[in-house]
Amino acid sequence: MDKWNTWDKIQYESELDSGFAQEVMSIPDGEKLLSCIQCGTCSGMCPLSSFMDYTPRQIVAMILAGFRGEVLSSYTTWLCASCYACTVECPQGIKITDLMYATKRLAIRDGMHPKRFPAQVLATEFYKGVERTGRSNEGSLLVRLFLKTNPLRLLGRAGFGLALLRRGRLSPKVESIKRPGGLQAMLRSIDRGEAARRHTPQATREAVQ
Amino acid sequence: MNYPYYPGCSLKSTGKPYDESMRAVFTALGHSLEEIDDWNCCGATAYMSISEEKAFALSARNFALAEKHNGKGDVNLVVPCAACYLGLNKAQRYLREHDDLRQTVSKALAEAGLTYRGNVKVRHPLEVLINDVGMDAIKARVTRPLKGLKVASYYGCQLVRPYADFDDQHDPTSMDRIVTALGGTPVDWPLKTRCCGGSLTGTVPDVGYRLSYVLLREAQRRGCDVIITACPLCQFNLECYQPTMSRANHTTVHMPVVYFTQLMGVAFGLKERALGLQRLFVPFEFTPAAPESKGAVHASA
Repeated sequence: MDKWNTWDKIQYESELDSGFAQEVMSIPDGEKLLSCIQCGTCSGMCPLSSFMDYTPRQIVAMILAGFRGEVLSSYTTWLCASCYACTVECPQGIKITDLMYATKRLAIRDGMHPKRFPAQVLATEFYKGVERTGRSNEGSLLVRLFLKTNPLRLLGRAGFGLALLRRGRLSPKVESIKRPGGLQAMLRSIDRGEAARRHTPQATREAVQ
Repeated sequence: MNYPYYPGCSLKSTGKPYDESMRAVFTALGHSLEEIDDWNCCGATAYMSISEEKAFALSARNFALAEKHNGKGDVNLVVPCAACYLGLNKAQRYLREHDDLRQTVSKALAEAGLTYRGNVKVRHPLEVLINDVGMDAIKARVTRPLKGLKVASYYGCQLVRPYADFDDQHDPTSMDRIVTALGGTPVDWPLKTRCCGGSLTGTVPDVGYRLSYVLLREAQRRGCDVIITACPLCQFNLECYQPTMSRANHTTVHMPVVYFTQLMGVAFGLKERALGLQRLFVPFEFTPAAPESKGAVHASA
């Protein structure tokens, strides 16, 4: 009866990561997270909570308590479709959708996301595609998604892809801005800023400000 | 009026009929849309999952280009894709409210020789049609009133949540009002703003399809003839997977799903090809009910 064996779910305070909430809250208006009253409106509004391993309310509580590993390796954040229902309804004005984005980014940074999970692969491939051409190319994005997750699905979808091509709803032409170089220089500038902040200890950073 | 226009990536591929019908409808109403030069991805949804600051920088580059396009003064940037509309609006708000973010983004823009002065207003065509063009002008342009057509307006998530201020977040009515102006019958249904599953139909189909299926079933149950949307991803999800959903649920899902601009074009008497209707998988055709014969009138009198 594995269901009753919950020993591995017991967490001791010393095993929790007390800095985790701070890290998640480093986004604009992130500190509002502290005002959560655990009312569960977010989970009630979420059209996907019944498919998640932890509901949004649970995720918020776990972030605050420092359950770093559980939060960053959960499927919850990758099932979030960014419909913003929770953000609109939260009585405390917590931007839960933004928190979901923040946990996605931390999960990728620390390599803790579920492996080969298509929602994560889609985000990564989307990002890379925009870096290359400045625009998203839906056709090649889907091909890369299936190649990296389930190549068999690509075969299954070939007919559908052709039907879209025939209707002019997929284009073999690669959409691109004129000089992606300028855009890439912009993105590198943000990378440098992020790196500088990571290497400046918190105390110095506050002193500088 | 000539509006600067940001189509976004989807309107160049799967959402092509949205782009075509949008331009056709604006032209029919005596306005025009002019694509801003060299625009890039707005940095929405999937991109935001990797880097928030970069997503805002991508949006800001588009704002800078829109200002350049317009020369001086305020820019009314028309953005039809719901995801772009949200992404650009979000960037606007965050850049306005957070100084450090604005500095980071300005520095990045400077690398590409661009500046953003903060004069762009992101506007959805639905709002432009209602507030600038006006219901009277829309009504006056109708040549084939959609008499007897039952239409479910599906707004989806990102059009009204969380930043749009032109309509109610819980019970939006802008598309329903347009349907009435076109002579059609708006159908009241509770799923107007419930999520269609977004990109989950591609990534976790077992979950994504279910979310879309719920919407289609409800529209079907209420006797709708057609669903209208204002988002390329909603339209794609609701229209293109109907055979798969029918098989999975041992039932028949058959419901035309068109862009609200395509429906407007039909009521304006525009040609099928000008509206991209031939690109649909589930065909949509409106045949006005035959005018009642004199005999029928006598019979009912």
